[in-house]
Amino acid sequence: MSTNKTGFQAARWNEALISELSEEGARGIVPPAVDAEIAAAVGDVAASLPPGARRAAPPDLPEVTQHRVLRHFLRLSQMCMGFDVTTDMMGTCTMKYSPKAHEHIARGAKLADLHPLQGVDSLQGLLELMYRFNRIMCEISGMDEFTFQPASGAQGIYTNACLIRAYHESRGDLGKRDEIITTSFSHPADAATPAVAGFKVITLMPGEMGFAGVDALKAAISDRTAGLMLTNPEDTGQYNPNIRQFVDLVHEAGGLCAYDQANGNPLLGVVRAGDTGFDMCQFNLHKTFSAPHGSLGMGCAAVGVKDFLRKFLPRPLVAEDGSGGYRLDYDQGEGIDKIRAFIGNVHAVLKAYSWVMSLGAEGLRAVAETAVLNNNYMLTKMRGMRGVTIPWPANNYPKLEQVRYSFEQMFAETGVTSHDVIDRMVDFGVQHCMPSHVPMLVPEPFTVEPGESLTVAEMDQMLAALQAISDEAYSDAEKAQGGPYNASTTRIDGDVPEDPDCWAFTYRGYQRKKPMWTSENRRKIERHDGGY
Amino acid sequence: MSDDNGFIHPYVPNAAPVPLRRLLKEIGVDNVTDLYVSVPEELQVKGLLNLPDALPSEHDLRRHVEAIIGKNLSCRDHLNFCGAGCWQHYVPAICDEITGRGEFLTAYGGGTYSDHGKNQAMFEFQSLIGELVGLEVVGTPSYDMGAAVNSAVTMACRITARRGVLLSGAVSGDMRSQISGFTKMVADVDTIALDAASGLIDLDDLKSKLTSDIGAVYFENPNYFGLIESRGAEIAEIVHAAGALLVVGVDPLSLGVLAAPGDYGADIVCGQIQPLGIHMYGGGGCAGFIASRDEERFVSEYPMILMSIAPGAEEGDFGFAWSTMQRTSYDKRHDSEDYAGTTQWLWGIGAAVYLSLMGPRGMEEVASGILQRTRYAAERINELKGISVAHLDSAFFKEFIIDFADSGKSVAEVNAALLVNGIFGGKDLSGEFPEFGQSALYCVTEIHGKKDIDRLVDSLAEVLS
Repeated sequence: MSTNKTGFQAARWNEALISELSEEGARGIVPPAVDAEIAAAVGDVAASLPPGARRAAPPDLPEVTQHRVLRHFLRLSQMCMGFDVTTDMMGTCTMKYSPKAHEHIARGAKLADLHPLQGVDSLQGLLELMYRFNRIMCEISGMDEFTFQPASGAQGIYTNACLIRAYHESRGDLGKRDEIITTSFSHPADAATPAVAGFKVITLMPGEMGFAGVDALKAAISDRTAGLMLTNPEDTGQYNPNIRQFVDLVHEAGGLCAYDQANGNPLLGVVRAGDTGFDMCQFNLHKTFSAPHGSLGMGCAAVGVKDFLRKFLPRPLVAEDGSGGYRLDYDQGEGIDKIRAFIGNVHAVLKAYSWVMSLGAEGLRAVAETAVLNNNYMLTKMRGMRGVTIPWPANNYPKLEQVRYSFEQMFAETGVTSHDVIDRMVDFGVQHCMPSHVPMLVPEPFTVEPGESLTVAEMDQMLAALQAISDEAYSDAEKAQGGPYNASTTRIDGDVPEDPDCWAFTYRGYQRKKPMWTSENRRKIERHDGGY
Repeated sequence: MSDDNGFIHPYVPNAAPVPLRRLLKEIGVDNVTDLYVSVPEELQVKGLLNLPDALPSEHDLRRHVEAIIGKNLSCRDHLNFCGAGCWQHYVPAICDEITGRGEFLTAYGGGTYSDHGKNQAMFEFQSLIGELVGLEVVGTPSYDMGAAVNSAVTMACRITARRGVLLSGAVSGDMRSQISGFTKMVADVDTIALDAASGLIDLDDLKSKLTSDIGAVYFENPNYFGLIESRGAEIAEIVHAAGALLVVGVDPLSLGVLAAPGDYGADIVCGQIQPLGIHMYGGGGCAGFIASRDEERFVSEYPMILMSIAPGAEEGDFGFAWSTMQRTSYDKRHDSEDYAGTTQWLWGIGAAVYLSLMGPRGMEEVASGILQRTRYAAERINELKGISVAHLDSAFFKEFIIDFADSGKSVAEVNAALLVNGIFGGKDLSGEFPEFGQSALYCVTEIHGKKDIDRLVDSLAEVLS
């Protein structure tokens, strides 16, 4: 019996682990047979391997008949809330419709069955596609050259950090310039990846407007400044209007400026990184440009640079060959080391190109404006919701594509936390929202990004779910804290994944450690309220 | 698109006049541009971007895009012998069926309750890889094998508090470049020489370089040239005696027959999952993994999301959660030594499906069949005049080096001639390993029957004559 007005009940197959579906002798598929002449000519090569090379016993993989494997994974897919099946407004993730036509094109042999090294003469279509999209991205961003090699947003930002490093190194400045400046509401990767690249990272904290002020930046800048790496709008959906001044100040100090456009959806056709003065930028093709999120990838970052940084991009670059075709330029020169094998997630490039071609310039602007429109509609309705507050009341600007709300008041009045709300949302047939990245400066955070794809009715469904949870928090807090009730599984013991004696990342680990789950000697776990 | 009826596009429903007017009214502004007041006027684009004309019709768009990529020649209509880190294997229909499911394809950051099925599939991916490599901890997929090796060798350096990394001389140029870039500020990388006869690492050279500064020793099995290392246990003993950790890279498809690195003493294992039911996608099919023993000092150094199983509220129920996120860059931010993010989970799901279908017998058959086909191809090719197969007396899996030195032809010339015959030749090693001269890395998998291999041999004979 459903416990909410929507009547929603998630599929709950109680599907066993695949290893427990094993039946001795069953097979899911038969590999191609070895020709008898080959077998006769070479014999049993495996049996004649040198001692030490061969495994002692066959791997303990499950033995499952074909349709049961299909049924198993189809059941698992039914217990997963992808955008195709439900409304997902997870903040900072830019969930949107990934057109099926693009998927169908990409799955054809002309893309799926290409080898990256099969020779450029046989890859002309792929190179042309990448070249065309490169030009499109230059127009969208105001940059001069792009690479699509990085496989995710974080890897794209890491690429930017490596480009900044290479630039200063080429000028003999790397020893002196070793600091990167970012902001607390930029994605964690804007702080993490320059640290990985060897920089010291200075994080600017927000002022009363919810973003860092010029004075904070000035205090952080010095002759050690190598660069600025940030998102704008930040993960709060707020645009820092001082951005041009930020860029100019960092340039005056001799640093470079990298624009993480993971939150670029509200700015398509509205603001260009190049016009804002940035030297480089990155977009997530799996977010803003509609390539599917793939259950956490395959992603792709488009990293763009101004002309003076072109020589530092990782190789190969796609270039015209001078006779109407395209080539891969492997000439290493001062290029940074490889970020990813080969030339990147080119299927994501195809989908992003197709998306831009479907929409055109007018369409891209409509995407941006509609994402902002939808977000401000959600904001208008959320303002009136009991227990919900909007941080930084001094900031009266409309938000752009997302809002970081707070359930601080609800928590104070009812004890219901933002995590309780998140867990309960699933009962209403919608994907839960995200709280916040770390640092969690906003108490009981809750970040909502509706995107441009949803209808008004779908937004209203999300609002109705949140309203019902708010009502419940104030009328029956215990119930609001006990969710989910209609999900694909029941509430888990959340200490287990944090406890080294209990956690299990494989079936063999699970078999060994399961007895510890019910042990009286379990250690006390300091629960970590990690952000995603 | 925009006419008297406004802008109407199937991907942007609320740009149409009716919902647009309604939403503006609800918000209380006259125009969408009023919502951009935080963005200084002088930074805003005037007018529209200069982009190609839109193709809002799905039919027109498909014709346009398919005409462009139609210029590609694919490995479906050509005979492909190129591998070198991305390999053409048979992809079972059910792998495509599952990775194409919209629920998985368009899921993202959902958690324990919303995305239970995705989490279970990832736990099963980790479990099945764990069986292959013989280890209890496996992380969610990494970007690719190079990224996995980067994380693994730097994990080993942190665990041992040492800066030195020794890499086998038999890793790809791309891999060397990836490692060089990633470790630049935190590790000192040196190369272990190869034994000229066997093509495997020279143990004397390993011993001489294995100082107390070395934290990680990395070799691949099979190595980049397809050669199989049978001295894993001996190498592990040498490495451990020096206080370093052993990192081994594998092609998991070989592990139906080859020894599990966890069983011969590897501390951390890395690998490629593209061979496990993932199309090549021009290299986009690549994804990697990391595995290790279940010890806190290892687990706390993993950069990526780790999916743990956990008991549910009702007897027999279970669920999954992202474990110990405080070790990741999501939480550590500026204190990070590695970074996490969106990687290649969909391919991890595909690999879980593949291993579930294949089972122990399928994995043993596919690996032993590849060993036989590779041996057959190498021996036949070695009979041709003017070329020879390197290390023919060694054991190799899936790949081997053809040396064209005596043919008087370059690899580029050979490949151009093969293409005319509808064949993609092997990877040209002359730039990547200049010391090998005009050599190429050829790849033979379970998709190649005797006729295919004989066709390659005949074509090579023709090209070289």
